[in-house]
Amino acid sequence: MQFSIWSFVGAIAFLVLGPVLGAFLAGADRKISAGMQGRVGPKILQPYWDVRKLMEKEDATVNGAQDLFVKLYLFFVVLSGVFFFAGGNFLLVVLIQTLGALFLIAAAYASRSPYSELGAEREIAQVMSYEPMVLLVAIGMYMATGSFMVSNLTTLDVPLIRYIPLIFIGFCYVLTIKLRKSPFDISMAQHAHQELVRGVVTEFSGKTLAMVEVSHWYENIMFLGWTAMFAVWAGGWVAAVVTVAVALLIWFLEIWVDNNFARVKWQAMLKTAWIVALVCGTANIVYLLFI
Amino acid sequence: MESIGLGAIAFLIAFPLLVALVLLFVKNEKARTLITVASAIVIACGAIFITVQFMMHGGQALVIAVDAGVSVAAGWFTFIVDLCLCAYIIGKGIRYKNFVAVLLALVQLGLVFWLEFLVLPGVIVSHALYIDYLSIIMALIIGIIGGGIAVYACGYMEDHMLHQEGSDRRNTFFAVIFAFLGAMFGIVFSNNLSWFLCAWEVTTVCSFALIGWTRTDEAIHNSFLQIILNLIGGIAFACALGWIAMYYGTIELNTFLNQTLAYQAGGREVVTWAPLLLLALAGFTKAAQMPFHSWLLGAMVAPTPTSALLHSSTMVKAGVFLFIKLAPCLGLNMPGFLVMLVGGVTFLFAALAAISQSNAKRVLAYSTISNLGLIVACAGIGTAGAIWAAIFLVVFHAAAKSLLFLCVGTAEHHVGSRDIESFDDLFERMPRLSRLMAIGIMGMFIAPFGMLVSKWAALQAFADSGNVILLMLMVFGSAATFMFWAKWFGKILSYASADPKNVEITVHRSEWAALGLMTILVVGLCVAFPLISTSMVVPYLAGVYGSVSSAIATGDLWIMAVIGLVLAVIFLSFTGNTKKKVVPIYLAGRGSDFTEREFYNTFDEPVQATQRNWYMTDIFPEKRTAGIGVAVALALIVSVGGFAVQQAAAQPQTLQDTISMQQEYRESLWGQNGIDSSLYQYIYALESPTYQANKDTYASQYGIEDMQDFMDKLYSDMEADYEANQADLKSTYGIDNMEEYVQTIVQMYSLQSSQSMSTEGGE
Repeated sequence: MQFSIWSFVGAIAFLVLGPVLGAFLAGADRKISAGMQGRVGPKILQPYWDVRKLMEKEDATVNGAQDLFVKLYLFFVVLSGVFFFAGGNFLLVVLIQTLGALFLIAAAYASRSPYSELGAEREIAQVMSYEPMVLLVAIGMYMATGSFMVSNLTTLDVPLIRYIPLIFIGFCYVLTIKLRKSPFDISMAQHAHQELVRGVVTEFSGKTLAMVEVSHWYENIMFLGWTAMFAVWAGGWVAAVVTVAVALLIWFLEIWVDNNFARVKWQAMLKTAWIVALVCGTANIVYLLFI
Repeated sequence: MESIGLGAIAFLIAFPLLVALVLLFVKNEKARTLITVASAIVIACGAIFITVQFMMHGGQALVIAVDAGVSVAAGWFTFIVDLCLCAYIIGKGIRYKNFVAVLLALVQLGLVFWLEFLVLPGVIVSHALYIDYLSIIMALIIGIIGGGIAVYACGYMEDHMLHQEGSDRRNTFFAVIFAFLGAMFGIVFSNNLSWFLCAWEVTTVCSFALIGWTRTDEAIHNSFLQIILNLIGGIAFACALGWIAMYYGTIELNTFLNQTLAYQAGGREVVTWAPLLLLALAGFTKAAQMPFHSWLLGAMVAPTPTSALLHSSTMVKAGVFLFIKLAPCLGLNMPGFLVMLVGGVTFLFAALAAISQSNAKRVLAYSTISNLGLIVACAGIGTAGAIWAAIFLVVFHAAAKSLLFLCVGTAEHHVGSRDIESFDDLFERMPRLSRLMAIGIMGMFIAPFGMLVSKWAALQAFADSGNVILLMLMVFGSAATFMFWAKWFGKILSYASADPKNVEITVHRSEWAALGLMTILVVGLCVAFPLISTSMVVPYLAGVYGSVSSAIATGDLWIMAVIGLVLAVIFLSFTGNTKKKVVPIYLAGRGSDFTEREFYNTFDEPVQATQRNWYMTDIFPEKRTAGIGVAVALALIVSVGGFAVQQAAAQPQTLQDTISMQQEYRESLWGQNGIDSSLYQYIYALESPTYQANKDTYASQYGIEDMQDFMDKLYSDMEADYEANQADLKSTYGIDNMEEYVQTIVQMYSLQSSQSMSTEGGE
């Protein structure tokens, strides 16, 4: 990994601004969703106050092991984001992010509660569904630019999407799974009277649950970064504005999809995600070999 | 140096065989344990000694000449061993009425005689052994991990006997294990392909004996499945050996590889297909690739040390070792195409098949098959980056898989089942073991541990090759791999905070010793990854491919090393205790017994909530996943094999010419002066056009009548030059003999021609 001053700026910015922006985005998400459903919705800072309240709750847990795994989850999510915004190797980012995902699954298993264990199984199915497409993003990036380095993208004459348009479409499809949004919010059923209570997080409470929420904020910012990766080029301020605009547009689309599609079974998620990866990936790699 | 290396290699091969012979007659348990542990330590130290020695002498790959008398004696020894092996299989086949095995063994016997008396006598082997970093790495794996498993077996087999009826035949069990290790050392150091084949067959028969050791019906059945599939490979290997002897005029592995490259460059590719495809077939059977993978699944009926040995440091590793040796000759040609696709198909479909399994040993077996597939696919690509990945996959797989097998074996003895579902709660019942198992599982499939980092390099190599099919097999296979490991990982970490009923206090000391060693290896190798890369693997690749660098930036490797160390420390040290208030889990209503997950239903009756992992048998039933893999791999082998036969039949002239070329070489000044035959081939191909263009001039001026005359004139000219400037050449270029002089000239010549080509291209 080559370090430059921008690597440090990127990493520090993500560490500090990540949760702030993530909290705002979570609030805006709820506001926009409420609008789409004809409700007023909570205040924009509601997610922040929710986490503040969780921090003040009594310390209680079903066992000590799950707390450790949640801490590891938070740590690796943050670490992968730091490497990403420092412009590091994208494959390294993906692998560390997967390591984080594994510890969330381990935390859910560790509680040995039927509800969170089922959530953990479903989370594994989610990872298995999106993993091929995410690896294809890395492969497409490598084959198009000759490098896995994220920092390299800011030196491109034309953005990545010019080379890997189909992989971008496929990525947007699995982004819904990664963000755990409907129709693929299988491991995180949102409503209190669902049979799953709330999937993987059923047995987390207080500070541990707050940590999971903060991890999600970090994660969401990183995933927006992954989306932005397709749109960036060496175009100075114009490029910066376009990149942020594209990321926000995709994020808005995700909210729209979330509010307009009912949850599907995991079989449908796995099959469609793999078919999308197979078709988009194969076609796009063949295209890359010919240009 | 040569003689020192020779001594160490001879010791590594002979000592385990000697120990095997002694153990065969030791029935006393204490004495056996003592001999086993001491010998394992000696063998591991021997492997480390040869490593240090090799590194201190600069780590240059070298072929080693063996004294002619010793060589002839060893030749007869291998012949007799081959005969004994065939006789053993025939005897067993008749006893258990398995006539397919008898028939195959008879074919093999015929080939052994054919080779010994009709093919090999005319072939001279000047360098019977060799040593390079690949054989060093393999020797370390065999010595340290193989030795560790032998130690583990001491305690394990004691428990095993408690569950076993019949007489105590443990002496043969331990004897075979040591014979196995000796044969493996033979494989990794033999440059003489006839010795290689002998050691190869010894490993086949050793694993046959180990799998069938318990003599239950299932064990006998599975051992014959193993011997039949591997005899097919052995026969293919023997045929390849015959072909190489006839068409290459050598049976030295390094000369065979160099000459294959020369043939491929010189438009004689069709000659190289038969040996490469036949050796690949032998490799497929040994490395348990689809469609031959079923023997490795069957092998798990054997006691756990057998499985651990077969999966980690021996047997299947001999198969992938052969592929890594062949790799420079594979790549963008028919054999390369076949090897990479069969490997890729095996990687994906074995991983998918593993999802539906709940038997821990079966999951491990499918995971081994899958990972071997990835290694084979890398070898098929044949580039430096791919081989970097393949070597590390071999190393990390050996460590992590042996740890996992030993963990499962110990858990099985103390929990009473090898079903992953019964490992629920293992975190409390076997606190130490479950942590080691968790590290082993992480070692197999998740960053920062070596397997995954090597996969990263493999992915990069696949992307560089631009092979779409392989990339697709890789990404879906990786997703399936995550699925079956993550659910196992989660299962053993589940935790009920009840009173722990610790069942691991009765685990033997020897088992803990071996488990500890494997854990240290998994973590230590992860931390030492960058060092191993720069000090061993990159130098090896530089020797084979010219200058290369690490496939993954060393900085990234160090990041992984640090994370790996931190994770290992956390997993080994944390207790699971908490200062927080411990509350019961949620059971939707009123729970009655939270540790048993019991709750009251609507009729106020206690009901136990049960939870099984997902096996997705509706989407990935084993019959379908493994079945498709077998069908595709078989179709690939048959079609590529058929195409190769058809091509060879269409070009009989090329084959005939090749044989006469061999004849010419032996009669030429080159052959008589011991110049490498591949060097001759190379110059022959290089000079042919020049000769053809100036044929008449040469005939009138020098009286040169054909190409052979021309080559001999070339040689005598060079020899005269060399003798005139001998002192200068020695002091300026360090050239010691005629062979080095010819090599240097060829190198300079090819450098010039490639430069002139690039300038021509520029214009």
